[in-house]
Amino acid sequence: MTLDVTGLRKVYPTGDEALKGVDVSVGGSETTAMIGPSGAGKSTFIRCINRLTEPTEGSIELDGTDLTGLDDDGLREARRDIGMIFQEYNLVERLTVMENVLTGRLGYVSGWQAFRRSFPPDDVERAYEILERVGLGEMEDKRVDELSGGQRQRVGIARAVVQQPTILLVDEPTSSLDPETSNTVMRLLTEIAAEREIPVLINIHEVDLATEYADRIVGLHDGEVVFDGPPDDLHDGALDRVYRGGDPPESDAPPADETAASDSSVGSEPGGERASADGVVSPDGGTTDRPGPGEP
Amino acid sequence: MSGIDAARSWDRFDRRRRIGRFLGLLGAFVVFAASWRYLDTGITNVETVPREIRDLLTRMYPPDVAYAPEIVEPLIETVHIAALGTAGALVLAIPVALLAAENTTPNAATYWLGKLIVTVSRSVNTIVWALIFVVVFGSGPLAGAVAIAFRSVGFLGKLLGEEIEEIDFGQVEAVRAAGASSVQVLLYGILPQVKPALVGLSVYRWEINVRDSTILGFVGAGGIGVQLFRAVNAFAWQSVATILIVVLGVVLASEAISASARRMVR
Amino acid sequence: MAAERRSWRRPTAFRRREFTWAAYLGLAAFFLWSAWGVGADPSRIASGLGRGLTLLGDFFPPEATPRQARRIADKMVESVAMAMVSTVTGIAISVPVAFMAAENLSPKPLYYLNRGFISLSRALNAIIVAILVVKAVGLGPLAGVITITFKTVGFFAKLLAEDLEDIDMGSVDAVRATGASPIQTLVYGVVPQIIPRFAGLSVYRWDINIRTSTIVGIVGAGGIGSVLLTAFNRYAYQYVTAILIAIIAVVLVAEGVSAVVRRRYQ
Repeated sequence: MTLDVTGLRKVYPTGDEALKGVDVSVGGSETTAMIGPSGAGKSTFIRCINRLTEPTEGSIELDGTDLTGLDDDGLREARRDIGMIFQEYNLVERLTVMENVLTGRLGYVSGWQAFRRSFPPDDVERAYEILERVGLGEMEDKRVDELSGGQRQRVGIARAVVQQPTILLVDEPTSSLDPETSNTVMRLLTEIAAEREIPVLINIHEVDLATEYADRIVGLHDGEVVFDGPPDDLHDGALDRVYRGGDPPESDAPPADETAASDSSVGSEPGGERASADGVVSPDGGTTDRPGPGEP
Repeated sequence: MSGIDAARSWDRFDRRRRIGRFLGLLGAFVVFAASWRYLDTGITNVETVPREIRDLLTRMYPPDVAYAPEIVEPLIETVHIAALGTAGALVLAIPVALLAAENTTPNAATYWLGKLIVTVSRSVNTIVWALIFVVVFGSGPLAGAVAIAFRSVGFLGKLLGEEIEEIDFGQVEAVRAAGASSVQVLLYGILPQVKPALVGLSVYRWEINVRDSTILGFVGAGGIGVQLFRAVNAFAWQSVATILIVVLGVVLASEAISASARRMVR
Repeated sequence: MAAERRSWRRPTAFRRREFTWAAYLGLAAFFLWSAWGVGADPSRIASGLGRGLTLLGDFFPPEATPRQARRIADKMVESVAMAMVSTVTGIAISVPVAFMAAENLSPKPLYYLNRGFISLSRALNAIIVAILVVKAVGLGPLAGVITITFKTVGFFAKLLAEDLEDIDMGSVDAVRATGASPIQTLVYGVVPQIIPRFAGLSVYRWDINIRTSTIVGIVGAGGIGSVLLTAFNRYAYQYVTAILIAIIAVVLVAEGVSAVVRRRYQ
């Protein structure tokens, strides 16, 4: 399963250009963390993938299907395969935990079944299993507004996972959580990605969490990819480019769109997997094609 | 120095406010006097008014208790009209509210359509709606129930629409991101968020409708009003008193039910 | 995990699922009874809808001869004048009633008497009040003014009394502690606390009174309502529509003015 984003641009009606031609590919079961200052376009990027925000230009291919060209029905079907986890959890506060988790199965039932809350037994069983997996066994009948922030985010994860998605999109999962809970949530996300062998794309502004849990880091600055590589390559210079847009003081200061190249040395990754060494922006603004994701 | 300054500015502010208040009161008085003269009510002696009203009240006493059994049936009819009218209004108001809420309406045209329905429904009084529907359905409680429904659509649609505009759109988005259809988004993303308001507003409107449905009888749209106007026209003031007491009781009971139901749903 | 597949059902607000079903069934049965009670059988509704569509043609386009238009204008001014006068008289009467109906300022017997009066005024629909008043003082705008005044007192005194009950007695005590007389205590300790709400409520009630004044004429209590009823009785439906548009316009203007004034005051 791969997601190939090419030349993604987003111009808001206000005239702000949030994304200026972004190329990113993710695949395998790796965890990719997208870092960058606020306003860099991280959220816009992730929301463009399942078209919660309508992209202006470019293509988004999920296993070869271009999502940008889909009509409403096609988009709904495609969204069933994309799990999304939100910064503010975005749970339906007045429904129970189970109803929120089963929301992930709505794409597979009729409106009437949804109204009756009569989901197929397999879905319910799966929901129970996932709730146990995220540590919320026995909590299914609690209303979400009774839960703590960490528990809510776990419900959010369960809701996304019960979709049996082929990719997980995660938008700032930890920014509403305390540091300890943030760690738990990040660990849970990476573990689930590994168990289910699906790629995870996480927006995150905490660099230390990103480097600790991700297999690969994509740095975004002002709507452009300025870094793409393994966490080990994320030196001060690269961070500087991501967060200040400045040239790295110690390097040969290549133009912004190819700066990542300087950091693309082969990283030794914990997973033994070959890092996205080639996953860089080429000078012609081309793709960030990664060599086929290696299973360890 | 600062003390003097503060005192001076306080002074000026007070004077301006006093002038404003004086002008406001003067204006109100002028309008009042002009209106009174325009109305030309022809009372030469204001003290006759209390006497006439006292006369009426004495003729009502004591209420005719024996008349009570005769008004049980129209009373039940009144309750039916209020309940059915509210239910009908609710069914109609949900789509109207979705149209009249900025964040759920499909486009500008539907938004203005929603606003138009709300405005017309709210600006026309129940009794006027009843006049219209008596023409359509013939006299009887059905016309009354429809009139109540049409009057309530605007009220419910407006307040429910405002409630929909207040919802957390993130929750809606999350449901949509899971691949839900628009009906499902409504059921899982929007409805749970407005449910307390939905129940509270319907019960509140039902309470108002109980009060409103007591007058429908005047234009032949059923309910206890029919009995009331018959009694008034026959100058059976003691029967009128009985009816008024019963109406008062029903209205107070509906207020109590409405208040406790609204407390229950949170 | 578990060998057999688990099932899940939504927890119910009632203690047992059977109660939930019983509640829904009861509600459904009640509405069916209501529908039967008002004679809302499908064929009647269908034929009514058909007739409604034909009638729609009779109502449009709105039309009024110059003489009719002048009559609308005359009677509309009368309605507005009635609303103006009765807002002033209503508020003037409300103030003492409110003080007597505030639990913290009034002795018990007086409190219950005034609360009872307020409940009565709120429970009776303006049309019912108008009918009784017309019987007492005769046809014409005076009956309308008395009716609307009566309704205003119920509304205004209730809300004002609630405000009075909520005032900060600490500052009242502070004024009293300076050795102020009861009147001075009232002016310096109580009045400043309620003035802002007072202004807002007055304008709001004026808005409601404009609405009421356009309909009490239906029962002969002055204003545009009588013109409307006459038009209905003569089956002059295009004229009816013209009158309705005039009413809606006036109501909307009043609502707009009231909203603007209240926003500036708060």
